[in-house]
Amino acid sequence: MNVAVCVKQIPSAETPLAFDPTSKTLVRTGPLVLDESDSFSVEMALRLVEQSGGGDVTLISVVPDGETQGLRTALAMGAARAVLVSDPLLSGLDALGTAKVLAAMVRRLDADLVLAGTESSDGYTGTVPVQMAELLNYPAVSFVRHVEISGDHLVTERQTEEGFEEVTCPLPAVVSVTAGVVEVRYPSFKGIMAAKSKPVEVLTVADLGLEADSLGIAGARQEVIALEQAELRPSGEIITDSGDAFETIVERLVSWNIISEHQ
Amino acid sequence: MKTIWILAEARNGRILPVAEELAGAARQLASTVEAVGWGGAEAVDFATLGTYDVSRVFRVGDLGDSLVGPRVAAAVGEMLESHPKPDAILVGATYDGRDVAARLSAKIDVPVLTNVIDLNEIDDALVSTHAVFGGTVNATARFTGSGPGIFVVRPKSFERGDTGGAAAEVVDIVAADPGPSDGARVVSRHVLTQDGPSLDSAEVVVAGGRGLGSKENYRLIEELAHLVHGAPGASRAIVDAGWVPYSHQVGQTGKTVKPEVYLAFGISGATQHLVGMKDAKHIIAVDRDPSAPIFRVADLGVVGDLAQVLPKLIEALRARGSHESTN
Ligand SMILES: Cc1cc2nc3c(=O)[nH]c(=O)nc-3n(C[C@H](O)[C@H](O)[C@H](O)COP(=O)(O)OP(=O)(O)OC[C@H]3O[C@@H](n4cnc5c(N)ncnc54)[C@H](O)[C@@H]3O)c2cc1C
Ligand SMILES: Cc1cc2nc3c(=O)[nH]c(=O)nc-3n(C[C@H](O)[C@H](O)[C@H](O)COP(=O)(O)OP(=O)(O)OC[C@H]3O[C@@H](n4cnc5c(N)ncnc54)[C@H](O)[C@@H]3O)c2cc1C
Repeated sequence: MNVAVCVKQIPSAETPLAFDPTSKTLVRTGPLVLDESDSFSVEMALRLVEQSGGGDVTLISVVPDGETQGLRTALAMGAARAVLVSDPLLSGLDALGTAKVLAAMVRRLDADLVLAGTESSDGYTGTVPVQMAELLNYPAVSFVRHVEISGDHLVTERQTEEGFEEVTCPLPAVVSVTAGVVEVRYPSFKGIMAAKSKPVEVLTVADLGLEADSLGIAGARQEVIALEQAELRPSGEIITDSGDAFETIVERLVSWNIISEHQ
Repeated sequence: MKTIWILAEARNGRILPVAEELAGAARQLASTVEAVGWGGAEAVDFATLGTYDVSRVFRVGDLGDSLVGPRVAAAVGEMLESHPKPDAILVGATYDGRDVAARLSAKIDVPVLTNVIDLNEIDDALVSTHAVFGGTVNATARFTGSGPGIFVVRPKSFERGDTGGAAAEVVDIVAADPGPSDGARVVSRHVLTQDGPSLDSAEVVVAGGRGLGSKENYRLIEELAHLVHGAPGASRAIVDAGWVPYSHQVGQTGKTVKPEVYLAFGISGATQHLVGMKDAKHIIAVDRDPSAPIFRVADLGVVGDLAQVLPKLIEALRARGSHESTN
């Protein structure tokens, strides 16, 4: 089974998130890393390929600036190759535009299954995987916590607000994987060394036969008008427990009418 | 004057509060509010949306074992061709809501604006406010292309505001089979039941995080929740660790709660957690790290070891026999 995994490369957690005041899009300075949200689908893809006894994992990623560091991390985990669409045109791309580029990449591959995260850590629209599925006319199962292959289809567990549902799905399909549902392997030293020589194909928007206009580049179809610091709650009282802090909590609960005053 | 369509999601025969909130938001901005719902005629009484000033509900019918996304998006896509286009489509940020918004967006080639917490009209355009960076920054945005714009709205962002309007007209619509995109089948649905009030609507939420140290200690959270008639909640760290089911998670990927009081024990207050609870009326936090960001939103912050504070608090409440509420 061949699995394609959509991996987003994002500024590392140490880089404070910031917006460019003119373009009002996210500033991406410094190295990009593999979004932790996507490490779970990489892990799941590797396991599915192992279980199915053949095939491999291809990573696909969209960035404006040629960054590959995040891809190397996932290659070190065991993915076979990566395809990167990098084009300055893609700076400030919206979620639908991202899905269009990813769908065009999937069309060039021979993948039975496309995995993605349920939502990225920086933009977290949570819409890219299913937008991509619709563009490909594929079925999709989102918010998945468990996947198994059974013959020519998948058996999945999809989270719901009140529990989960078991969903079967024919292939090819898109599955978005909830963070935290599998234990992610650490790349081995051998894996890290091997990743250095694994193929990373770099394409432009034009190579995919896409028109920049149709992608909805920065501000073309939606724009950020303003950014403001959210109103903070007025700061409260901070006390250090010296054995009786529980009494202060009880007093507050009484004053807010959560528990009654009488004993 | 504007027309707005809202997605009216129902579960177990009841229209979700978030759908009523969407109606409440739409009513402030549009003269005509219409809804799209799904489910069999006996299953859900969509006419009741009239009390929120929804004039008409387009009912897609029972989806059987299909997932919601492909079928409902296909139906809305067809309706956009056969009806006057609305100015905007509002969708609740639920799992199924996001699927519908995403499929519809790709189908009609219109982007989505997500994580919306407020909507206003400025110069005749709808302007949305977004909680970004985990709610620390508010961004305002708008659609600049041809619409209708699709806004995905976080639950509990708007008042429902029952106006007691007349019953909505319910119109059945028949949509074509979406084809391969509708290939997935729901085989079974599992509801994890829990005693006490639900996390979504509880007046008090008692939440625990990694600072609890072990799965066993979560029982203290449950016990305290029980004593104050609250619901137990959790940070993602302990959901990921398998200590509690996902349905307990509060935050960006979990539930948004707005209780009277939110008590956090051993939760550092990562932005993705704060976005789900910072609008609680009162917040009490217990954490041993005085620099934990949770203290920035707390009305009462206790710097201390929860292994000391939590059992004493439970003991004190038990002693008061407080298993009965004030009113
Ligand atoms: C604070 C903020 C708010 C934003 N709000 C909006 C908005 O309301 N509407 C909108 O259209 N855009 C928005 N964007 C832009 C959006 O984040 C980018 O377009 C991004 O490229 C894709 O969306 P996402 O990160 O939200 O993806 P999500 O849908 O959250 O990501 C889910 C999964 O899709 C895959 N994926 C996503 N992006 C890539 C990629 N570049 N390469 C490979 N795989 C990928 C990954 O598997 C990921 O786990 C916002 C950006 C920021 C920083
Ligand atoms: C895309 C995305 C979505 C996310 N969605 C969510 C979400 O929905 N909800 C969510 O919660 N998180 C979410 N997260 C994860 C979030 O970033 C944090 O990792 C998580 O909230 C941390 O959980 P925690 O506070 O329990 O753990 P930690 O951050 O490890 O905090 C534990 C706290 O316990 C304290 N502590 C330890 N021992 C004691 C003791 N004995 N007594 C008192 N205090 C003690 C420590 O000082 C610390 O402050 C998301 C992350 C991403 C990237």
